[in-house]
Amino acid sequence: MQNTFTQSESRYFYALVAFGLLIAAIGLAAAHYMEQHGHVVTGMNQQVVWGMPHVFAIFMIVAASGVLNVAAIGSVFGKIAYKGRAPLAGMLSIAMLAGGLAVLMLDLGRPDRVIVAATNFNPTSVFAWNLPLYSGLFFLVSLYMWALLERRMNGWVKPVGIAVFTWRIILTTGTGLIFAFLVARQAYGSAVLPPMFLVMSFTWGLAVFHVVQSAMYAWNGKTLDPAILHRMKNLLGIFVIGTLYLVAAYHLTNLYFAKQAAFEHFILRDGGLYPVLFWGGYVMFGSLLPLLLIFLPGLGKPKFVVAASLLVILGSFALLYVFIIGGQVFPLSIFPGYEVSSNFGDGQIASYHPSLPEFLLGFGGLAIAFLITIVGVRVIDSLLPHDRVERRHQEAG
Amino acid sequence: MSDEVNLNRRQFLTKASAAVAGIAIAPGMLLFDFAHGRPLGEAASNAVRWGMLIDTTQCDSGCNECVTACSKENGWPEAKSSTDVQWIRKVELKQISTGRQSSLPMMCQHCAEPPCVDVCPTAASFKRADGIVLVDKHRCIGCRYCMMACPYKARSFVHEAVIDHDSDMPRGKGTVESCTLCVHRVDKGEAPACVEACAKAGHRAILFGDLNDPNSEIYLRIRSVTTSQLRADLGLNPGISFVGL
Repeated sequence: MQNTFTQSESRYFYALVAFGLLIAAIGLAAAHYMEQHGHVVTGMNQQVVWGMPHVFAIFMIVAASGVLNVAAIGSVFGKIAYKGRAPLAGMLSIAMLAGGLAVLMLDLGRPDRVIVAATNFNPTSVFAWNLPLYSGLFFLVSLYMWALLERRMNGWVKPVGIAVFTWRIILTTGTGLIFAFLVARQAYGSAVLPPMFLVMSFTWGLAVFHVVQSAMYAWNGKTLDPAILHRMKNLLGIFVIGTLYLVAAYHLTNLYFAKQAAFEHFILRDGGLYPVLFWGGYVMFGSLLPLLLIFLPGLGKPKFVVAASLLVILGSFALLYVFIIGGQVFPLSIFPGYEVSSNFGDGQIASYHPSLPEFLLGFGGLAIAFLITIVGVRVIDSLLPHDRVERRHQEAG
Repeated sequence: MSDEVNLNRRQFLTKASAAVAGIAIAPGMLLFDFAHGRPLGEAASNAVRWGMLIDTTQCDSGCNECVTACSKENGWPEAKSSTDVQWIRKVELKQISTGRQSSLPMMCQHCAEPPCVDVCPTAASFKRADGIVLVDKHRCIGCRYCMMACPYKARSFVHEAVIDHDSDMPRGKGTVESCTLCVHRVDKGEAPACVEACAKAGHRAILFGDLNDPNSEIYLRIRSVTTSQLRADLGLNPGISFVGL
């Protein structure tokens, strides 16, 4: 398979690269601005210490793990339709992990000290555990792609695929544990969070895969087999239902505990923006509407599936905003049974207004993922499988 | 008979003068009875556990002396906006069931099992052998995970460049900081600035000392009155206890 591009295709590609580079550069400039002036130029404060960059970063890191499901279904569970998609899934995973980590690192108070994180390792810190988990995923996915794309290495696809599958489950568990181990705050400290993050990763990863796959096929002038889309859209629907189930379990258990009731009332009913984002953004537009687009008879066509996937992605941002920001603005319960006040926000709902540099840094991270993906697809032709060929194999098998 | 009376009067006067002298130097001596400072170069020992007992019944809601003293001692400007740091703050409380009002100073609780130390990826947050929880400012990468983990909201993130800071207390933009229990003073055998200021203001609401020393006043007080720790349900065993909560 030789790569041949027409002049107009090349022009299109370079325009996209230039666009990606521009957004990434703006993101880096925003990070530089934040580093120069300090976090005072963000919307963050002493109560809301993780802001919009964390929403972007956690989305990308969770989706980076989830997108590998497509690879796992092919390599570990032997489904041929998915096997051809494994290289694209691997490339996307590396791209999103790189984008997410870039945002996370650049949002540090001292990003220049990132080497300190690599040389001083606290074994009790989940953050520290995540460092080898992230680098391990880069390594294993690279190995996996080598096994997939290099004919002589094909025999290693299954064992390496199993290793990647196991690793990504542990990695997303680690991401969930960042919050599950926080006993201080009412929004976190729950054992349901790691499985919730795991199922969220399945959903968001697959939604991202749908969108990227459709875009890449369209831009590269290839056609996507509707039968494959049909199969994958049903899987997305099941994952959306799974995420809804775990999010409901998390809130319902909280509602049942009297000490958590005030927090749940805030998030689900009284908290202004947060209930709106939760019910409107996540439940309605991010879950129920996509389910209709996927499962309603007469719908479920490619464009509806892409629309459903885009809605799932937007819904995931709404959910993460409620989870991360909403979880911090609600006051800590330090003195149960007392009305509390101070000049440090005790007993009060904190305010948070994300600033432009935070958004720009987040979009910069997305642009890094975008660049890695489009360049990867351009350089490695076999990232986009030729479905008709595969179907013949499948029928023969 | 009259000689006997004079003798008794003399004894009385002697004892009374001793008692008056004792009361007069109380702020300097009695409120914080730790043995002595540590010689330079000697490591902190786990034979000692520094702690405080805060009597909320003695804390005046209008008084901010402890906060001002801490700010001055450690070189952080008193908070004006939601991004400003605050190592110690005054919290006003009203019991919902009874309406009883009280006031207390709130700072790092110097937990025996500090969650901030557990979660810190670079081990910049650490606990000294004598129970003082600190941040190594040269190792902190500013991830703010410790602030997410602290149940007392005791830590602050430096949002802006620090213009002039005290040589005893280096501070820097992009790192996290909190009450050090005035470690630089404690190591010299002095009491934390807030303790001294509270005594000077006449409230004597903060008692500082070695929780491990059976002869220390803090040890004896904790044995004799009902005290409580904040969020005791979390099992973190803070070094700061309260009376009247």
